Amino acid sequence: MKKLMASLSLSVCTLALSYLPTSAQTVSTTPVKIGVLNDQSGVYADYGGKWSVEAARMAVEDFGGEVLGKKIEIVFADHQNKADIGSNIARQWYDVDGVDMITELTNSGVALAVHDISKQKKKIDMVVGGASSRLTGDACHSTGFHWTYDTRALGVGTGGALTKAGGTSWYFLTADYAFGYALEKDTSAIVTSNGGKVLGAVKHPLNSADFSSFLLQAQASKAKVIGLANAGLDTTNAIKQAAEFGIVAGGQKLAGLLFTLSEAHGLGLQAAQGVVATEGYYSDVNADTRAFADRFFKRTNRMPNMVQAGTYSSVLAYLKAVKAVGSKDADAVAAKIRSEPVNDLTVKGGKVLANGRMVHDMYLLEVKKPSESKGAWDYYKLLATIPGEEAFFKLEESGCNLK
Amino acid sequence: MKTSSYTSTWVKMAIIIGIILLFAAPFLKIYPVFLMSMMCFALFAASFNLLLGYVGLLSFGHAAFFGGGAYIAGYATKTWGFSPEISVILGGLAGALLGVGMGYLAIQRKGIYFSMITLALSQMVFFIAVQAPFTGGEDGLQPIPRGKLFGIVSLESNNAIYFFVLAVFITGIFALWRVVNSPFGQVLKAIREHEPRAISLGYDVHRYKLIAFTMSAAMTGVAGGLKALVTQIASLTDITWQTSGEVILMTILGGIGTVFGPILGAGLVKSLEDHLASIGFPVPVLIGIIFVACVLLFRRGIIGELEHFLSRKKT
Repeated sequence: MKKLMASLSLSVCTLALSYLPTSAQTVSTTPVKIGVLNDQSGVYADYGGKWSVEAARMAVEDFGGEVLGKKIEIVFADHQNKADIGSNIARQWYDVDGVDMITELTNSGVALAVHDISKQKKKIDMVVGGASSRLTGDACHSTGFHWTYDTRALGVGTGGALTKAGGTSWYFLTADYAFGYALEKDTSAIVTSNGGKVLGAVKHPLNSADFSSFLLQAQASKAKVIGLANAGLDTTNAIKQAAEFGIVAGGQKLAGLLFTLSEAHGLGLQAAQGVVATEGYYSDVNADTRAFADRFFKRTNRMPNMVQAGTYSSVLAYLKAVKAVGSKDADAVAAKIRSEPVNDLTVKGGKVLANGRMVHDMYLLEVKKPSESKGAWDYYKLLATIPGEEAFFKLEESGCNLK
Repeated sequence: MKTSSYTSTWVKMAIIIGIILLFAAPFLKIYPVFLMSMMCFALFAASFNLLLGYVGLLSFGHAAFFGGGAYIAGYATKTWGFSPEISVILGGLAGALLGVGMGYLAIQRKGIYFSMITLALSQMVFFIAVQAPFTGGEDGLQPIPRGKLFGIVSLESNNAIYFFVLAVFITGIFALWRVVNSPFGQVLKAIREHEPRAISLGYDVHRYKLIAFTMSAAMTGVAGGLKALVTQIASLTDITWQTSGEVILMTILGGIGTVFGPILGAGLVKSLEDHLASIGFPVPVLIGIIFVACVLLFRRGIIGELEHFLSRKKT
């Protein structure tokens, strides 16, 4: 037994020593460091993943690679969808590695954790992939931002616009946990306020493999729209099985409340056709968005979704603000980000509210039929553009006490 | 096990150096938050090993105690405003309570059925964590304040809480070591080696198993409570069956039935998760490969193999 103690102590020493070099390199030639923190190996690996890192690199290149006469560095990490790993990395980045801003932050749980660490450490974080509208609501802080989209915008986009477009009766397939309830509740409110009716809802357990009984109930409800108040694998599984039941072919519409181009690509048009979704970026809106998509495609061999485009936009906005202020001081830079309109290849006329919410136009999109698609990655047709003022909470509605 | 006086002095030296290094870590500019979460998981794995290594019970539901401890400790500091030491104790109590219940049901069966019952019960606890309003659903319980130790010393700075965690960690490991090396521990090992024989010798095997299960669960709850204070989050990750699997991996990798194997295993797995996060290679794949290699090549685990090698060399 004693030998074991010896080897333990040895291993503790080696482990400890292996951590020395990383901490020694802290503040030698302080470049501007941007951290991209997201899921790169799990269920959201395509939703943002390493493609978001590539988008961040594009932003740095477009900016010229330097700011304040210093090099801009991108670091990235995989939080594996675990809030404690994510928060450990964020702390280490802020405390030891000299990271100035963290972006992407897919997964609301991790995003909320990092959001709070940024608040404690007075650093800037710009959430793109995380969905929760709490980030600019009760969890808001003066150096935290939420770019691209949130649960509210998805509800307004898909719920509101679809109801106005004739989808007047709804039935929900809701993931049986808080996120699902919130999506269902918010979307229901928007549906009814637009004159629609909610016929009912069925709750399914998280990570279901079999949706048949739930889908049959939804089909039998004769609702015009079936809202999928779930995310990730649950959404794609439900859509696949809905295709097998011929739900879309039977005239009902499927509304993915959290659905992006990456999911459409993963499912294929045969299964995904007819799904209606809301995104904060669409490649075929104007010359700039097309140019961005083309360049992104050349680098990664795939088209960007709103998370990747949003990462590009957030990094660029941060760098512009650093340049304008002339320092990395978080408070000053955050104030600058708030005061400047957001205009880049992916966003036009965006503005940032006091709670950190970036308000811009959202797009209601429908996945094309295989016969309508002109080639690879031609998946969407644009149904409507939703003005930012409608899509997002106003400052006083958000529940944030920043003025 | 006989050890020459030469080795035992050497070993004592090594332990002392190890402890000194742990104490000195914050001054050596080693990042304390990482070391702290490593210690939490090390304590978790060591308590799990009390069951697997010394009683031969493979629990597949230990995440329930870890997560349960984390939620209760987190809730106690965040909502009730309890000081950290009380919260950690409450976390341990929560673990013990869950442990008595789950253990009582599970030890009625043996082998794979035992493991399945623990898995099923821990999934029930997981379900409660998903549904109950106080856990915050998939967002978890956050931010959890670190509070003031004994109501006086603020633990907000990383260095301050580091020593609190270190103290609990050393106490916990020492307690486990004492349990294993006590007459009680000898009975546990006897049960592991030959249960019918232990029964025939007049030991109430059920009671021993239940006590060991509860102790293990309580210590796991303490580890969970500490983790909640360190990372300031108690989330569903702590309570999923994947975490139960991870602690099995840590224990097997380090060496089942060795006091320090699980600690090394936890350190290794956590370092891998942390360091590999930024190399762009899928972490679970690599950890899986290591696990397979471990099972195929060094089944006793790192420390177990080392112990085996040294004892063979000696004779």
